[in-house]
Amino acid sequence: METNAGIPIERTMKPYLIGIVLAVILTAIAFGIVATGALPRQTALVVIAALAVVQIFVHLRFFLHIDFKSTPRENLVALAFAVVLICIMVGGSLWIMFDLYHRMMV
Amino acid sequence: MSSIAAMTVSPREAERYEEKEFGFWLYLMSDAVIFALLFATYLIMVGNTAGGPTPKDVFSLERAAAETALLLLSSTTFGIAAVSLSAGERMKVLLWLAITFLLGAGFIVLEIGEFAGMIAEGARPQRSGFLSSFFTLVGTHGLHVSVGLIWILVMFGQVLFKGLTAPVASRFMRLGLFWHFLDIIWVVIFSVVYLPGLL
Repeated sequence: METNAGIPIERTMKPYLIGIVLAVILTAIAFGIVATGALPRQTALVVIAALAVVQIFVHLRFFLHIDFKSTPRENLVALAFAVVLICIMVGGSLWIMFDLYHRMMV
Repeated sequence: MSSIAAMTVSPREAERYEEKEFGFWLYLMSDAVIFALLFATYLIMVGNTAGGPTPKDVFSLERAAAETALLLLSSTTFGIAAVSLSAGERMKVLLWLAITFLLGAGFIVLEIGEFAGMIAEGARPQRSGFLSSFFTLVGTHGLHVSVGLIWILVMFGQVLFKGLTAPVASRFMRLGLFWHFLDIIWVVIFSVVYLPGLL
């Protein structure tokens, strides 16, 4: 994607088409796992989580056009900072609350 | 004017658009943190059904799939509108914006139907910790989509009356960031809320 005067120029549909095809495939696999019950519960949860992470990257790359070349550096730094914050806050909350839960069950 | 490339913007204006996009990006990142915490709350509360309905009782795979399909399609139709905007094709921009609006509105109609059905069955937000956190998380996303729909309407009016000028194109691109961002949040919602709940 080029930019002109600070406004992104999108000349082709290509990234959106690649994005929607990949997104549909990933979504269909995730829903298919639940609809068919083909996998044991634990495995299914791990696979669904992994598919979601891949799909987030697909959306960032092909719909939001984030890449290491054209995206301004500050935007990438802000994104990385948000990811670190999210990991600390979500990971920390789950760790503390489930630890508490297991200790109170004993 | 045939395309955005033909727009003449001074370097100072160009810098202002870039600054605005960065500011909007910072807003999106803080919004992502809000959603992340709502997800954490949901994961902690999902087992606390207080003897009331469980996720399996209230979720429907078909409805979640239909909502997902509408949002994914709307992201693509917005992409077509963005490409048309870069090509300077005003009528096509209006057409695809309208289709994006209809798909988004279809999503909201399905979601309101889902919420109304759950409340009618007694699965109200105040019933259990699971339901409180469910309505907060999915409702916050629905609220964002509704705001996005209003924004699409405003954008439609601006393209219609102001034409494809540089300020309009700049706002259009920020709307695109917002709309695609909400799609990412929905991917996490169906992967964390609906699919594990129905497993």
